[in-house]
Amino acid sequence: MDILHASIKELRTALDARDITAVMIAEAFLSRIKEVDTDIHAFLELYDDVLEQARHADTLIAAGNIHPLTGIPVALKDNLLIVGKHASSASKILEGYVAPYDAHVITRLKDEGAVFLGRTNMDEFAMGGSTENSAYGPTKNPHDMSRVPGGSSGGSAAAVAARMAPLALGSDTGGSIRQPASFCGIVGLKPTYGAVSRRGVMAMGSSLDQIGPFGRTVADTKALFACINGYDAEDSTSVSEETRRMMCGDVRTTGAMRIGVPESFVYGEGVDEDVKENFRATLRTLETAGHSIVPIELPTFPYALAVYYIIMPAEVSTNLARFDGVRYGLYVSGNDLLEDYMKTRGTGFGKEVRRRIMLGTYVLSAGYYDAYYNKANEVREALRAELVQAFSEVNVIATPTSPTPAFRIGEKASDPLQMYLADIFTVPVNIAGVPAISVPSGTVMRDGQALPLGMQFIAPHFAEETLFSIASEVERLA
Amino acid sequence: MDTDAMKRLALLCRIDMSEEELETLRAEMEHILGYVEKVSELAPAERALEVGVHHNVMREDGTPRASGMYTEALLSAAPAREGDFIRVKKIL
Repeated sequence: MDILHASIKELRTALDARDITAVMIAEAFLSRIKEVDTDIHAFLELYDDVLEQARHADTLIAAGNIHPLTGIPVALKDNLLIVGKHASSASKILEGYVAPYDAHVITRLKDEGAVFLGRTNMDEFAMGGSTENSAYGPTKNPHDMSRVPGGSSGGSAAAVAARMAPLALGSDTGGSIRQPASFCGIVGLKPTYGAVSRRGVMAMGSSLDQIGPFGRTVADTKALFACINGYDAEDSTSVSEETRRMMCGDVRTTGAMRIGVPESFVYGEGVDEDVKENFRATLRTLETAGHSIVPIELPTFPYALAVYYIIMPAEVSTNLARFDGVRYGLYVSGNDLLEDYMKTRGTGFGKEVRRRIMLGTYVLSAGYYDAYYNKANEVREALRAELVQAFSEVNVIATPTSPTPAFRIGEKASDPLQMYLADIFTVPVNIAGVPAISVPSGTVMRDGQALPLGMQFIAPHFAEETLFSIASEVERLA
Repeated sequence: MDTDAMKRLALLCRIDMSEEELETLRAEMEHILGYVEKVSELAPAERALEVGVHHNVMREDGTPRASGMYTEALLSAAPAREGDFIRVKKIL
């Protein structure tokens, strides 16, 4: 059996039939990592107990204690806590930090006997769209080593794309799962806000963050989502099963879909021509297969990026106040307590993190709060209302995931706003709290190299099933 | 924003930065703030008047887990401690 190319379902079947063992699977991926990760740099650390975990999974299987992910390896973004293991959010300020407890998603995966391979590279504290903001050097795109894998969950996406892991977890605050999935040619899901517990993920923008899965196929991605999805009493933003059913209603999850396309937004400026062409072609294919394409107007969508770059830095500046050299991580001594703070944070935080804390502190400061933060929240509500209204007419909304394919390492490093504009299609989703998926939709050529593109589908709150359905269609028709 | 305002902001952020970095940051921030100001373009009538779908969720007082269960794990992460306390430089 070709373990590296097998689907989760195939691995499950082979494991349960005792054709292969969890140890064999773990060894296959570990040797693949050794072979290719020196160049790609998807992992910050491989855990030293991978084979031990795999042996444990094999005893579970032998005892008939089998769950969907028993013995299946998973790579983890470096902002998720596993008790006793390092977690740094790719920041110098948390170098050497050891997690005191398991994130809720980790507990769920442990309960199923999944095997954790290691922690993956990311933009520092999930701030960025290229993984270039990691304090430990960038990750390369497996399709073209001179290009970024996207970000912030770039290490997780590259690991899955390069077959170093069959599954990975990431987090998505403004596109950090979907955009790297698109750049690396894999599937990535940003679940509904409140679907997956955030206990034990390092907070960035608390009204926006969600943990979500990466896989090479929609079915694989769905398998990981099924494990982590669900209510957690210890996350106050987790939504109860009852409320989910109420919010979701009876959405369409199979068959022909009405696909809304915000045309003036998608076909506007700043989107590469061949990305638009690829998007049109995918829509035509879906139409031929029996789905209907419905042009829609979402006039507030173009304001989402501005809203995002007010609300997110505001939340970043408050969330990252906890890194003060007192509780954990780096400590740099000064003349007094204030200087301890200043020096610790001045030494430990990278450039983009400092930039966003400064921006966030500015928009929250007296005199500017109304003009920025309050106004952004008003527009946020308008956008959410607009989206709810749109879903009364269509089942899903489609956009390209990103306006471009993967860009070159260093290309946008000197212009933060240019980097932010790459999030234009993904941020409205986090602003509204709805779920969205990125599914591969083909390739475009850049400098003689075929680079993957992704198509994004957006669904109503808690309608992830709808996303899996339509994304499977794109996969099937490709 | 002038240089003094940037310095005050850095102090509020509790981040030690060189004047050179603050100067670069000033230009970048003006560029970004210039972009995000477009939120004010939306006329009041078009805006939803109600703000605040997010609200605090409180739980009942109680003991969700045994007292002291995480004390050692959490304290051992602190750069400086004295017994069961975190040690910091004098505050006043």
